[in-house]
Amino acid sequence: MSTTLSTTTMNLPARELEWELPTRGRVGMCAVIAAEAAIFTIFVVAYLFYVGKSLSGPMPRDVLSPPFFYTVCLLSSSLTIHFAGKTLRGGNVRRFGAWWLLTIALGALFLYGTATEWHRLIYEDGLTINTNLFGTTYYSLVGLHGFHVVVGLVCLSAVMAFTLFGAVKREHAERLDVLSLYWHFVDAVWIVVFTVVYVIGR
Amino acid sequence: MSTESIAWPSATAESRSFVDHLHDWVATVDHKRLGILYIACALVFLVIGGIEATVIRIQLIRPHNDFVSPQVFNRMFTMHGTTMIFFVVMPILFGFANYLIPLMIGARDMAFPRLNAFSFWMTAFGGLLLYFSLVGANGLYGAGNAPDVGWFAYAPLTSQTFSLGHSTDFWTLSLLVSGFGSIGTAINIVATVLCMRCPGMTLAKMPLFAWLNLVMAGLVILAVSPLTAAQIMLLVDRYLGGHFFDTQAGGSAVIWMHFFWIFGHPEVYVLVLPAFAFASEIIPVFSRKPIFGYPVMVGATVAIGFISMSVWAHHMFTVGMGSAANTFFVLSTMAIAVPTGIKIFNWLATMWGGKIEFKTPMLFCIAFLFQFLVAGLTGVMLGCAPFNWQLGNSYFVVAHFHYVIVGGILFTLFGAFYYWFPKMSGKMYSETLGKLHFWLFLIGFHLTFDFMHIPGLLGMPRRIYTYEPGRGWDIWNLIVTIGVFFQAAGILVFLGNLLWSYYCGKAAGNDPWDAWTLEWATSSPAPAYNFPVIPTVKSRRPLWDLKHPDDPDWKYE
Amino acid sequence: MRSRGSTNWRVVGSQIFVCVCCSAAAFADLAPPLSPTNIFAPASTPAKSIFGLSLFVLVVTGAIFLVVFTLLLYSVVKFRKRKNDDGLEPPQVYGSNQVELAWTVIPVLIVVALFMATARVIASVQKTARLDNAIEVIAIGHQFWWEYRYPALGVVTANELHVPISDENQPTPTFIELLSADTDHSFWIPRLAGKTDLIPNHPNSMWIDPHEAGVYLGQCAQYCGTQHAKMLLRVYVQPRADFDRWIQEQRQPAIVGSAVSHGQRVFETTACINCHTVAGTVANGRFGPDLTHLMSRDTIAAGAAKNTPENLRQWILNPDAIKPGSLMPAMQLSDEELDVLTAYLETLR
Repeated sequence: MSTTLSTTTMNLPARELEWELPTRGRVGMCAVIAAEAAIFTIFVVAYLFYVGKSLSGPMPRDVLSPPFFYTVCLLSSSLTIHFAGKTLRGGNVRRFGAWWLLTIALGALFLYGTATEWHRLIYEDGLTINTNLFGTTYYSLVGLHGFHVVVGLVCLSAVMAFTLFGAVKREHAERLDVLSLYWHFVDAVWIVVFTVVYVIGR
Repeated sequence: MSTESIAWPSATAESRSFVDHLHDWVATVDHKRLGILYIACALVFLVIGGIEATVIRIQLIRPHNDFVSPQVFNRMFTMHGTTMIFFVVMPILFGFANYLIPLMIGARDMAFPRLNAFSFWMTAFGGLLLYFSLVGANGLYGAGNAPDVGWFAYAPLTSQTFSLGHSTDFWTLSLLVSGFGSIGTAINIVATVLCMRCPGMTLAKMPLFAWLNLVMAGLVILAVSPLTAAQIMLLVDRYLGGHFFDTQAGGSAVIWMHFFWIFGHPEVYVLVLPAFAFASEIIPVFSRKPIFGYPVMVGATVAIGFISMSVWAHHMFTVGMGSAANTFFVLSTMAIAVPTGIKIFNWLATMWGGKIEFKTPMLFCIAFLFQFLVAGLTGVMLGCAPFNWQLGNSYFVVAHFHYVIVGGILFTLFGAFYYWFPKMSGKMYSETLGKLHFWLFLIGFHLTFDFMHIPGLLGMPRRIYTYEPGRGWDIWNLIVTIGVFFQAAGILVFLGNLLWSYYCGKAAGNDPWDAWTLEWATSSPAPAYNFPVIPTVKSRRPLWDLKHPDDPDWKYE
Repeated sequence: MRSRGSTNWRVVGSQIFVCVCCSAAAFADLAPPLSPTNIFAPASTPAKSIFGLSLFVLVVTGAIFLVVFTLLLYSVVKFRKRKNDDGLEPPQVYGSNQVELAWTVIPVLIVVALFMATARVIASVQKTARLDNAIEVIAIGHQFWWEYRYPALGVVTANELHVPISDENQPTPTFIELLSADTDHSFWIPRLAGKTDLIPNHPNSMWIDPHEAGVYLGQCAQYCGTQHAKMLLRVYVQPRADFDRWIQEQRQPAIVGSAVSHGQRVFETTACINCHTVAGTVANGRFGPDLTHLMSRDTIAAGAAKNTPENLRQWILNPDAIKPGSLMPAMQLSDEELDVLTAYLETLR
């Protein structure tokens, strides 16, 4: 049977067909978020499973105090990144740069808060990752989240650098939306981690 | 990107140097080349994993044998399992997915070509890292220790206390690294299938191959991540003094099992769904009928994907989970048998009323149907928790999962090799050698894995380097080992066939099988850009519509 | 090259041959004499319940296999392409709602039946209430030996478990609590019960009520390290009187004989007492097996060797010769020390 077929014979003018598929960037980022969510779920399950099971050492209610201020910082950064996106779509690159910088500053502030909290826990309360089950699960979960904040900040800073060099324009808004998705995810994870560690776990 | 077709090495002199060719392959982001790299890499590891299996079987050919020491034996079964699952079957399936998905959906490449290349190299590097343990680890016994904790590395055997040296770290790190590669490929597959189908190809019109790989990719994303998490926890335990699995500090060994099997069970569906994909493409073409019940096949696949996330603890029936948990996992395990069984019926119904041609790809798929039926039924037996209390962790389980992976997945993989070899190389393979391969491997497979069930029923546990005489296991172990040599012969014939056909085979043309999906509409091998013009399709079998303009599929779908 | 359209009788034939072989082999092995660890030769209630369930499951899965295999065979034969084929494509059938519904509903019903039968056996085995007159044993898994304690009876021993026969009318089952001192193990005596794992920090329990006297064999069934393969199990099921006598003997401290005090001195001045206990002497180590009544056992090294003076001497001289990778160190003793030490151990009845 003859098998030399040209694909042109299958062609209908594409315009006749309404053919709109989701963008690759968005789908790819959602897939990344799904994978990360699965990783975080396992750490959260481990944390919850080990609540109250430490055989010794400082207990959560002895040493933990909920970082309300820094949480507000991080969650606000979701708001600021959202405004940044809107502004860029509107075409105002300078205003966009300001919102973006604010986002980075708020994220950095959150990390500073985590750092001070850990400093106090280690040097004043004597809680390290190998002290007991609480220490292991706490530093792992909060640390994993902090690591994702760091990665996010690195990406945001790269964008900031591009903005300062004038390379970011209105047509890049879609791409920055994809990056914002990641940042929103990091914030959403913090809501879960905060609830598990500072509310349920205490 | 170059617009000339892939420069395959040929007998005539080329003006480009060897280094140029090497560079092309190392730096490529073309999905077809990456697909071939994945497959070639996996074939190398297949031979290594097969040697490990042969060592295991020679040691077990008779009781109290001393072919290898217990330390070496324990490394052999750990490396055999780890290599075969992570560095043979997964890469080879990713390779076929990479090669075929863009062609089948009428796209020019995967969604993220550079991520594709990154993922391949992560996988390859992970494999090298695992084998570097033979050279680089400092254990108690000299030059180097491969990991010896079993492929599922139960805690607390993996703690610093019981796993001295670095061999366990090689296991952990190599899988972490290749895990990132796997997740990268999965993200790529999801984005490609959802975002890059050609005009007219709705989700309901794309080949089952694309559907099955889409669900597989979703499972990889959701299931490999828990393994990554567990491995990070293991590293925290081993190097930062953490207590995740430290039973002395109140930690739980069972939670490692939960985390591992939350990965481990969906993982076996990651392995088997692409095998179903091959069968779903090959069986219709060689029966000359469309796949029976496409919508239900899709539905069953999605159902399998979901349910597979809820059955993991059927690997833990003997751990002491309590009767409520045991009962739940029996229920979910039985539930997943239903959509899986339905697929077998659909394939049978595809053959029913057709005109079956017994070419090599079809021979392998028919054997697959028989073997997957048996494997599924022994799986149902294992899913009954009390029966599992006897059969679990015995050679019955080993026989069961090899029946699935070798009898099911590897057989369809061989079918896929023969089916798509003409497309990838432009040459036809030798049908005689193909059939020789089939018979040798079929005999070897059944000798080994049919009779392997029996020692399990007679009380032989797995992972033992030797066994006692007088337990009735001796003759069965002998037969099992003999089968290995037939399988090895079959593999040699297969590799020989690939090489011989590549250099001496007849030209295959675009569509040697008179098939119906888009990859057969372009040249063999496909040019770098896949299609000169992106096609528009109206049905699930665009080439059928073209070949039968009076009776096209879209009138009936 | 095979011509198109011929029957692939050889595929068919080989498949039939393999099936027949397997069934014959499986059938032949139902008789206990062929294997002391045959799961189809139950001698205790948990094993019997599992056996009953397994027969039901085998019948159901066997029936499914026969039906589907027949259909596969039939379609491969009946719908093969013939030599005199007209070259036209066969009727293109896309699906059939009725057929697909049927082959969804029937498997669901089968699955429900299997599930119900299974749930019943799970409950019957796992939820059995502990009887007052049950023998209580604590089994502690070690790398690579088994420690047994009978707390109510004051006995500590290793590797060979003794239990009384349980009469069907007046059952005296043995309940075994399963703990681990190091890594994961699994207690599997196929003729007595399904296996249950021994996991550190996760106590498990199981029970057996053997109906016939004898020695039941098994071995560790969860990979636990280098010598997992030789962590063998022996359960001695005895009439009640014999069991009580054994208990009495095991409760006695070691008999101290003056004639072998040289050997005892060797034992107590080398590192032996750090790992081993001999009740009534200074030796009270817990890392290795209790040796108070070593000579009452048939085997040493958890079944790896028969309990003879030669093997015992070899074990102390160089454990790796019998069980390479076990945690017993080679004691670096001289020949003379070995002789007297072995003689001393031979007195620990």
